[in-house]
Amino acid sequence: MSGILASMIDGLLIGSVYGLAAMGLSLIWGVMDVINLTHGAMIALGMFGMYLLFGASAANPYLLLIPVIAAGLVLGMIVYWLSVSWVIDRPQLMSLLSTFAVNMMVIGIGTAIWSTSPYNVNFSLPGITVGAYTFTGNHIAAAISAVVIALLLELFLYRTRAGKAIRAVADNRDAAELMGISSTQVLMVAFAIGIALAAASGALVSTLFPFTILSGASYQLKSFVVTVLAGLGKPFGALVAGVLLGLLEGAVSPFIAVSWIPLIEFGLFVVVLILFPRGIFGRATA
Amino acid sequence: MMLRRPLFWLILLLAAVFAWLPKHGNNVALREDLILVAVAIILTSNLNLMIGYTGYVNFGHIVFYGLGGYVGLYLMTVRSWHLIPAALTAGVAVSVLALLFGLGILRLRGAYFALATIGVLEAVQAFVSNFESWGRSTGMYVSFESYVPMGGPKHALWLTYFLIIGVMALSLMLSLGIRRSKFGLGLFAIREDEDAAIVLGVNATLYKAIIYSVSAFLPAVAGALMFFKNGMIDPSIAFEYMLSLEGIVMLMLGGQGTVAGSALGAGLYERLRSYLLTSPRLSAFHLVIAGALLLLVIRLAPGGLIGWLYRLVPRSREVIE
Repeated sequence: MSGILASMIDGLLIGSVYGLAAMGLSLIWGVMDVINLTHGAMIALGMFGMYLLFGASAANPYLLLIPVIAAGLVLGMIVYWLSVSWVIDRPQLMSLLSTFAVNMMVIGIGTAIWSTSPYNVNFSLPGITVGAYTFTGNHIAAAISAVVIALLLELFLYRTRAGKAIRAVADNRDAAELMGISSTQVLMVAFAIGIALAAASGALVSTLFPFTILSGASYQLKSFVVTVLAGLGKPFGALVAGVLLGLLEGAVSPFIAVSWIPLIEFGLFVVVLILFPRGIFGRATA
Repeated sequence: MMLRRPLFWLILLLAAVFAWLPKHGNNVALREDLILVAVAIILTSNLNLMIGYTGYVNFGHIVFYGLGGYVGLYLMTVRSWHLIPAALTAGVAVSVLALLFGLGILRLRGAYFALATIGVLEAVQAFVSNFESWGRSTGMYVSFESYVPMGGPKHALWLTYFLIIGVMALSLMLSLGIRRSKFGLGLFAIREDEDAAIVLGVNATLYKAIIYSVSAFLPAVAGALMFFKNGMIDPSIAFEYMLSLEGIVMLMLGGQGTVAGSALGAGLYERLRSYLLTSPRLSAFHLVIAGALLLLVIRLAPGGLIGWLYRLVPRSREVIE
């Protein structure tokens, strides 16, 4: 019994990183109604960004999150200009395909550079031992970092003018334009923040598990599940839902093979979409 | 009706050329090239029924091909069925499964459906990798005895080739037939405005589930034939995500929503891909080039090559469907 509990606590820690990844997806989806299919590739780039920075500097990985996030913001603006800016008002099919095309290009370049063999960031913090179980320090530190970044985003969205502008554009772009908000700039900033969050979560994952350039795909699937659990455009809800998903994984993983987990997540995704189209935390009416 | 449409005869001509070219002179290398083009055309033209006709993106179209391969190989190797009934049964089984899946996930609209199809791919792959009877992650092999009723491997491979050409022709005929049918009009209505279509009496959920299931049949048959030809199957080659994605590139390149476009895009892209994969300098970058091509097509010519032709020669619409 205590084994399940330990597994669930570990799931909770990792779940907060899932939540961070999903916040990026949710923000972009909520603000501009674009489903960002570069998400998985950006998570993978975050992993390799951390790998390269750590290899070059051997600095504390949690400090290295700052340059990863900065690089994510710049990359986000480039991707926005390349694949999103011109499809904003076109059918959703187009934005799906255009972000997807960028995803293929990033994965292609990544495969050419790093092949698909696994890498890891060789860093470990001392863990905390409770009875027969040890919670690794990296998992705890990753969870704390994820929650801190999530809180900073929440402060930005609800306590600054720029954050208010993003929320205004998400609510009603035309009305926001009439109030003198330049929506093109706001959309670019929101997209860049979304990508930076994806990169940050990838950087945190790289301190937990070995990874390949294709690893982002499974976190992308988790992000979709978390986003629909939380309901669209609710970044903080995404963090909570991410923790829930982690808990669930922790609860089932002692009993089944890891390779079944995508099946369970996908089942959850479809069931939630059909039963709660506005998310578990969504209101009944819009 | 069908007989008066030029494309009908063009499809027959295409199939005849595909069948005759390698057989004449017994050119096995050419046969192997053409079989890849034929499979690309089968996958793309059936994907077109979803993306082009109905406006629903299916990122996991390869699931049908892979599952068809698995069911077919299972029947041939474990149950020692003949190739043809095994391939047909694989098609029917996968179609029925798609219909059941479809009635569930097609209640999701637009982008949500697209996301669910990524999930279908992941879930089916996870299932097959854990399924005891299908050899888990090591997959299944075709034993030598399976070739005996067909007169040995050499004859069996030619037979498989002709069958795949037949499936290719049927795929294009299917697209052509649906295009001018009442059912096809219902699909186009869903693509243009699903709510309006429902108000006008189109049973959207049923139509979508049917087309999802129909688009599964021939790819599953092709999968059974193709994996028999290859002699083996395992989860990573059966559900190759990249092939699923490249199908979308082929379709957009040729022109989504048109029969000729799906064939043209598949043929051109498949040749380009073979060239890139065999070129030592470019092989690592073939995904990058595919992605850039897709981005350029949707940016500059959302109608693809056929859409471009329509704009250049408006009258071509009546001939090239």
